[in-house]
This record gives sequence, C-alpha cells and structure tokens, in this order.
Amino acid sequence: MESFDALLLARIQFAFTISAHIIFPAFSIGLASYLAVLNGLWLVSGRGVFLNLFDYWKKIFAVAFGMGVVSGVVMTYQFGTNWSVFSDRTGPVLGPLMAYEVLAAFFLEAGFLGIMLFGRERVGPKLHFFATLMVALGTLLSAFWILAANSWMHTPAGYAVNDAGQFIVTDWWAVIFNPSFPYRLVHMVLASYLTTAFVVGAVGAYHLLKGRTIQRDDSGIRAMFSMAMWMAALVAPLQILAGDLHGLNTLKHQPAKIAAMEGHFETTAGAPLILFGIPNAVEERTDYAISIPNLGSLILTHDPNGVVRGLKEWPKHERPPVGIVFWSFRIMMGIGFAMLGIGAWSLWLRYQRRLYDAPWMHRAAILMGPSGFAALLAGWFTTEIGRQPYTVYGLMTTAESVSAIDAAAVGASLVAFIVVYFAIFGAGTFYILRLMLKPPESAEPGLPADEPIQAAGLMPGPVLRGAKRGTAT
Amino acid sequence: MMLDLPLIWAGLIALSVLVYVILDGFDLGIGILFPFVKTETGRDQMMNSVAPVWDGNQTWLVLGGGGLFAVFPLAYAVIMPALYVPIIVMLLALIFRGVAFEYRWKTRRGKFVWDASFAGGSMLATFAQGIALGALVQGIPVANRAYAGGWWDWLTAFSVLTGVALVVGYALLGATWLIYKTEGELQRAAYRFAWIAGSGILAMIGIVSLWTPFLNENYMARWFGWPQMLYVLPVPLLVALCAFALYRGLSTKRQLTPFLASLGLFILSFVGLLISFFPYIVPSSVTIWSAAAPDDSLSFALVGAAVLLPIIVLYTVHAYWVFRGKVGTTGGYR
Repeated sequence: MESFDALLLARIQFAFTISAHIIFPAFSIGLASYLAVLNGLWLVSGRGVFLNLFDYWKKIFAVAFGMGVVSGVVMTYQFGTNWSVFSDRTGPVLGPLMAYEVLAAFFLEAGFLGIMLFGRERVGPKLHFFATLMVALGTLLSAFWILAANSWMHTPAGYAVNDAGQFIVTDWWAVIFNPSFPYRLVHMVLASYLTTAFVVGAVGAYHLLKGRTIQRDDSGIRAMFSMAMWMAALVAPLQILAGDLHGLNTLKHQPAKIAAMEGHFETTAGAPLILFGIPNAVEERTDYAISIPNLGSLILTHDPNGVVRGLKEWPKHERPPVGIVFWSFRIMMGIGFAMLGIGAWSLWLRYQRRLYDAPWMHRAAILMGPSGFAALLAGWFTTEIGRQPYTVYGLMTTAESVSAIDAAAVGASLVAFIVVYFAIFGAGTFYILRLMLKPPESAEPGLPADEPIQAAGLMPGPVLRGAKRGTAT
Repeated sequence: MMLDLPLIWAGLIALSVLVYVILDGFDLGIGILFPFVKTETGRDQMMNSVAPVWDGNQTWLVLGGGGLFAVFPLAYAVIMPALYVPIIVMLLALIFRGVAFEYRWKTRRGKFVWDASFAGGSMLATFAQGIALGALVQGIPVANRAYAGGWWDWLTAFSVLTGVALVVGYALLGATWLIYKTEGELQRAAYRFAWIAGSGILAMIGIVSLWTPFLNENYMARWFGWPQMLYVLPVPLLVALCAFALYRGLSTKRQLTPFLASLGLFILSFVGLLISFFPYIVPSSVTIWSAAAPDDSLSFALVGAAVLLPIIVLYTVHAYWVFRGKVGTTGGYR
C-alpha cells in the first residue's frame, strides 16, 4: 500500500507540474505565430495598426514565455526524481528526443528572441521579421520533439529491448514518426492556435465592449477581434476534423482508451453514441445514459452497425479509469463545439456587418477567452489518463516506472510545488491580465527601456539599445 | 584508452556543468550579495549587470540535466532520486530567482517581495547545489540499477560544508563580477565582499580538499598514491597561483583580474573533482561506460550537439563581448 501511495502522489505531482507548464508553451506557440502574421501583414500592407498590435502582444508574449521557461526547467528533472526507473529504461529512446528539444529551445532563446523583442530599429524590419519567423518556428520545433517523445510512449515503434531491460532504438525514423505522432502534432498545434485566438478575441471583445461609449481610434481592437474570429471560424472546424482523425488513430492503437472515452463497457454491433451518463466502473455499466442509437458505431467505424469494443474486453487491471476520461473528453468536445458556434456566429455577424457592434457576441467571446486552456487540459487529461495503466503503452506500466521514493518525500514536494506555482504563476497571470486590460494604443510603446526582460536571452535589447545609446552619448 | 562516444559525451556534459557553474555562479552570487547592498540604485545596478545574460546562463543547467537523461540514463535515474530533496529545493528556488527579474519591474508596492524572492532564491538554490555536489562526492549506493540509499542520506556534515562553500564561492564570483561591471560606491562595496568571500573560499577549498580523500579510497589513491601524485600535483599548485593572483588583483584594485582569478579557482576545483571521480559518473557505483546509452543513441544526439553547441558558444562569447564595459543604473549599457 505504501508504494501505491507514493505512486499516486508522483502521478499527481507530474500531472500538476506538466499541466501548469503546458499552459504557457501552448499560448506561446500560438502567440509566436500570431506575432509573425502581424509582422508580415505590417510589412506587406504598411498599415501601422498591425505594428501596434505586434508591439502590444509581444509584451504579453515576453511574460508568458518567461513563465514557460521557469516551469520547463522543473520538467527536465521531474523524470529523474520521480520516474527514475522509467528514465533508465526509456532514456536511450526518449533522451535524445528531449535533448533535441532542449537544443532547439536553447538555440531559439539565445538567438532570435532578443532581436524579435527589441531589435527592429537595430536590424531593420526585414531581418526583424525573419527573427520573428524563427521564433515561431522554434516554438513549433519544440512542440515537434516533445510530441514525438510523448507519442512514442503512446504508440512505441522502432525499438528493441536490451539485456538491461532498456528500450533501445533500431530505427530513428520509426521512433520519431511513430503511428500517433502526426495526428497528435496537428491536433496540438491547432489547439495552441485556437487557444491563442480565443484569448486574443476576448481581449478585443473586452475593449470593444468597454469602448462603445468612448470615441477614439479602435482600429487595433477591431483588427485583433476580427482576426481572432476568422481563426475561430476557420480553425475550429479543422480542429474537430483533426480530432476525429486522431480519435480513429487511437481506436486502432489504444481501443481501451476509446471505450473509456465513449463510456462503452459492452462490445456491441451498432453501438450508440452516449452523450451523457455516469460511468460506473464497479457495476461495469454507464448509468442514466442519454444516447443516440448507432451513431457511436457510425463515427468510429463509419458503419451504423459496426462492432465497437467495450471495456469488458480487457481485464480490470488493464482498463483506464473510466470516469475521468469520459468526463474530460466531454469537456473538450463541448468547448470545441462552442468554439465552432462562436466562429459560425461571427460569420453571420460579419455578413450582417455588425461584428463590432454586437454586445452579446462580445460578452460570449470574453466568456470563451480562457476556454482554450480548459479544452487543452481536458484533452491532455483524456489522452494521458486514457492510456493508463501504462507509461509506454502495452510495454511498461506506470507502477513499474516510478522511483522508489518515500510517499512523504513525494507528498512534501508536491505541496511545495502547488504552493509555489500558485503564488508565482498567479502573480505572473495577474501581470499579464493587467497588460491585457489596457487597450492597444495607436502608438504602442515598446518594452520599457529600463527593464530587463528575462525571456530576452543572450542577445536582447540592452545590447541593441546600448549600442544605439552608445553612439548617442 | 580509446576516445569513444561515452567519453566524448561525458566530456560534453562535464563542460555543460562547468559552464553552468561559472556563468550562473556569478548570477547567483549577485543574488547572495543582494541583501548586503541597501541602496535602491545599487540593487538596480546589481540586477542589471546580470539581467541580459542570466537566462542563457541558466539554460546550461537544462542542457546538463537533459544531456544526462539523453546519454547516461542510468546515472540520471540514480542521481535524481538520491538527491531528491536538494534538487527539488534548487528547482523551486530557481523559480523564485528567475521570475524576480521579470516581476520586480512590474510593481512598485510589491517590489520588496521580488527583492526577497531574488536574494532568497539565489541563496537557497546555491546552497542546495552545494549540498547536491557534496552528496555526490560522498558516493551514492546503487543496487539493481536503482538508488539504494535513504532519502536523508544526502544530509551530512560534509555536504553541508560543500553547501556553505558553494555559497561563499558564488558570492566571490558575484563580487568580482561586480568589481568588473560597476564603479563608484557599489564597486567599493564589491571589493570588500571579495576580500571576505575570497579568504572564505580558500579556507573552504583547503578543508574540502583535505576531507575528500578520506571519504573514499579511490580518491585517496588518486591524490596521495605514488606516482599518481605527480600527475595531479599541478592542480594544487595552480590553485595557489590563482589565490595569489586574486590577492594581488584585490590589493592593487585591478578590475578584471579578481574575476578571472576566481574563475580559475572554480575551474581548478572542478578539474580536481573530475580527477577524483574518473572513471565513475556516480561515485563509486556506476562508471561512464556502464551508464551510457547504446552508441546509436549517443551518436544520434551528438549530431545535434555538434551542430548547435558551437553556434551557441560563439553566440554566448559574442553577447558577452557586446556587453563588455560598465553597467549603468538603468537597464541600458553605456
């Protein structure tokens, strides 16, 4: 029982630290691409509004990126402290993928971020745009390597096992482009884009709503709201499609996860789609189910009478916890369709030419501002809890992976992480929100000259500013 | 002995750790000295002297940790649980230190909070690193490819001594860095700090060096066996030389010499450690070769490191070159 407690605490600790971390990179991935788009639009159109928006959002990007960096350092060590057996056995496969992630991130941090944040005057708009593109590419490269590592744990390929019980690589290509990787990468990148779009949309909507009675230049506010709503209208349906394809991929490789997501205990032909219900793992049935006949089979097998496997196909100790997977999946889906709805509504308002004058739409957009983060976390909870009881699917269980550490040590460090994260990231979120509550100005100031920016890395503004200032004094 | 992949990687990771220690060492040292400087402008200057570089400096720690996982997974899997508490404490302390750079300028009311978070985080992170180092030097028992000790084993008189020694050492790096980067009132204070920390660290190096060989017979044979002693003799001699250079530099009020002499002391102490450790990566349980992942993994990761590390190093050198000279009271460099 002792070891079970340490195991559970280690799982909670990993879930907590990775959840707190993923919020920031997801936002940075989306925001970096958005900044690149704004920068590009400014270069092409020459309209100052895009430059203002760029300067507005880059300040928020700097804080979010900084929090991603500090919470990311913890992740590098989390594998070793709490999951040492896992680290030893999967190190030869996953270690190099992580190393590439670190090198890519390091390169990005040291290289282009400072120029993007500070260097437009110094290096000229073209090179500055290039730096912005490189930062966006860097965040995507980071996502590429981390998701390759994560996907390998879901759908291991290209490996063998040596005498020491370690997974070793027989084919790097197969390891990296393992069966679930392309789906997960697309799904995650689109999720980051949607998350960022809804944050941008909410900030735009807030200022539209607040500024309705004040006469002033709100072209920046309109532009950000409009761009965010285009993203919602175009990417939300794409994301639902990508999610469906990812789901079919999961059905092929991890059918038990799908059974838990759907709340199916029995293997049936012509399975219903359970909209709501209460999965009862003890009695092995889903109570109070509200369902649509045959739709489950239609979605999963593209045949209304197709056979869908239920959880009873697996012995109890090989099933994922059904309740949390079932519910987190529905939260993600619900938010996804709400996003689709907002996108469709925006198209209708646009058609009626009322996009900037629709208070209820703006209120809804504000409400949906944080929804991307919720959907993102719910999605990750679905896929990560859904692959239990394994860390490397079908090959290594979570219980085998954990370090032999006292529950007290894991528990104490978990409490410390929770307290520190809430204090530190709470303060950071507060500072971000304060930046967002200010509307973008028509001449948006750059980063304040007397502040260091931690995200600026090795080639930051002070160098560039300093060099300029040096010529002046 | 052949120069094989595990050895190349051991060298690369040792280099990452050394670069981390000397670069983040002076950042953390600034934080350690922070409470001893009371004026607002002095504190602003101290923070600005490292603000542009600390993030890059800290990334070497991620590279060291990530590299260890990538190429010596067994060592990573053994060392992390063994040093569980100091590692977690270090990570949390580094968060407090890191966000202070960003948050301190975002508030007026709460500035004292982030001052405390910067100083406390730096001090605690350093102490935890020193303890982790001491615990590693003591040796880590291993059975069945896993750590085989208790979770308080890291806490001994020796590891507490190395913890204190590292705090004093980083304070010396920080003080001599301030001598190099500032002038006027703050620089005068930095000379005072450097005298105290310099005398302290030499005493600490002496005690730790005399204590270490008694921890383990491999260490004893390496340092006091004949004729091996002849090969390692240059290390203590060079330490004496650096100590003298530090003394001269501080006496004659040189700007850069004290910092370089302090770097020399750190590099030599590190080389001394490597001499003691070799061929073990986890003393005295796991060798470099038994911890290494298969050559396939090592060569795959080496491709990336071989391309990107030189660029990163060049970049770092360039950034420090651009940043040369004194720091002003505001973030801009003159």
